[in-house]
Amino acid sequence: MISWRSSTSSRWGSDALLLWGLRGMAVISTAIVLLIALFIARESFPLLSTVSPLRLFTDRSWNPLEGAYNLAPMFAGTVLVSVGAVLISAPLGIASAVFCHFYAPPLVARGYRVIIELLAGIPSVVYGLWGLMVVVPLIGRIRPLGASVLAGILVLALMILPTMVVVADAALARVPREYLQGAAALGLSRWTTVREVALPAARRGLVTGALLQTGRAVGETMAVLMVCGNVVQVPARLTDPVRTLTANIALEMAYAMGNHRAALFTSGLMLFLMIFVIVACAELVGRERADA
Amino acid sequence: MTRAWIAAAVTLVLATGCKSEKSEQAASKLTLSGASTLAPLVSEVAKRFEKKNPGTRVDVQMGGSSRGVMDARQGLVDIGMVSRDLKPDETDLDAHPVARDGICIIVHQTNPVASLTDEQLVSIFTGKITNWKDVGGEDKPIVVVNKAEGRSTLDLFLYHFKLKNSDIKAQVVIGDNQQGIKTVETSPESIGYVSIGAAEFAAKHGEALKLLPMAGVAASLENLHNGTFPLARTLHLVTKKGQQNELARKFITFAQSPETHDLVEKQYFIPMGE
Repeated sequence: MISWRSSTSSRWGSDALLLWGLRGMAVISTAIVLLIALFIARESFPLLSTVSPLRLFTDRSWNPLEGAYNLAPMFAGTVLVSVGAVLISAPLGIASAVFCHFYAPPLVARGYRVIIELLAGIPSVVYGLWGLMVVVPLIGRIRPLGASVLAGILVLALMILPTMVVVADAALARVPREYLQGAAALGLSRWTTVREVALPAARRGLVTGALLQTGRAVGETMAVLMVCGNVVQVPARLTDPVRTLTANIALEMAYAMGNHRAALFTSGLMLFLMIFVIVACAELVGRERADA
Repeated sequence: MTRAWIAAAVTLVLATGCKSEKSEQAASKLTLSGASTLAPLVSEVAKRFEKKNPGTRVDVQMGGSSRGVMDARQGLVDIGMVSRDLKPDETDLDAHPVARDGICIIVHQTNPVASLTDEQLVSIFTGKITNWKDVGGEDKPIVVVNKAEGRSTLDLFLYHFKLKNSDIKAQVVIGDNQQGIKTVETSPESIGYVSIGAAEFAAKHGEALKLLPMAGVAASLENLHNGTFPLARTLHLVTKKGQQNELARKFITFAQSPETHDLVEKQYFIPMGE
């Protein structure tokens, strides 16, 4: 591996200038993230200083205007909807990428990629509206209401699909040619090559993709807000409504004051921590690959 | 060329900087506090007022109608915002109506139920009645659509029916009026409530909604205007009696004028005095 240490930089000053410029930018972007974290923490402090954090999980309900701040159902909702969506879209995304790489004629593969990337560009409100007008009534036919965990999972799965496809595509593209050539030399069938050589070699990239996808799913707001029903409860069935942490903020922030507002920032803080854990996991998986 | 532009920009910034400093010395500042229902509207009105009267600053704070009354009474603010009528013991204040707010019960167009009594509504929203056949409809479960905590429509609804939000057993919780309308439109079993202006607009534009009458009075903007519709309230700006604040008077007149009616309608309130 070539090392891009500053010692290899040219004797002209321009490299040093660039280096310091980049360092400055890096510091600024780190500072922005830290400031956001600090801001969220500060805004949720009024609640956390008067109400024990334990109560966020043990209060009888979420009725901030009546002094009850149970965030646990929303935490459960976020986890359920995100994990469900990833369980559907990760296999779909990997299958899509495999199709593009090993089965589709180049022209079809290119067209297919464009369409998938287009999916990423559709604003989430549009997904939400589509979910509300199409998916929700469809589920409503099974059990009236329709706005439910299931609706959220389906709509979210579609929204986060592009992330998985793009990352899986890149991971498969990085599988060394020699592996595939070796497989071909051994006379392995295409499917065996994919299953036994390409996928294992790209495994870490695929896991990273799934984790990034989870991050997107956790943070998604508008569409989830529109199709999940937003009732604060731990759902017993897939057709029960549920409220996520993001939807909670979007629903109530506009008119919240005092402790209610602080409680919403606390749900933001909770989201921030969740994303942090997911990104840390993705980072760990990525690091393993570098070491291997 | 570029340098000229920069110079022009710098001059402009300096000029506006000086100007705002000067105007603050002239103390053309207006403060308001009170109802969170009114605050979003008043903030918008304030922005337009500031634009129209360069150099003035309008500061809008929330805190509820009672804070609006108290602050105006004690002279802490120039104008209080109150989302109800003044009480008999609040005669030391002048109330200036700026908008009316009303909500109506909506169901899907195909729902055969033509009207519900207040008791029936309370039973439905508190989960005591869970099937439409108990109130004269088809044998279908009722889907209760409630508003998210903190929304003024919810406050008005709870206040009218003397309920607590934790009493309501909802199957769907929604945010703004549009979301409520879309939700009811797509599910034939649902019942919800939204601002009357939004509901009438949607129904007139062919969305599959039915507005139920309240206590025998049809839900319409007209009945809201003539004061017969029960689920309504007037939103007021209040000032201390006899207080002669030129700027405050100017602001109130502006807030009541047709110049701000589009802002009022955007919040799904009904402008006064058309």
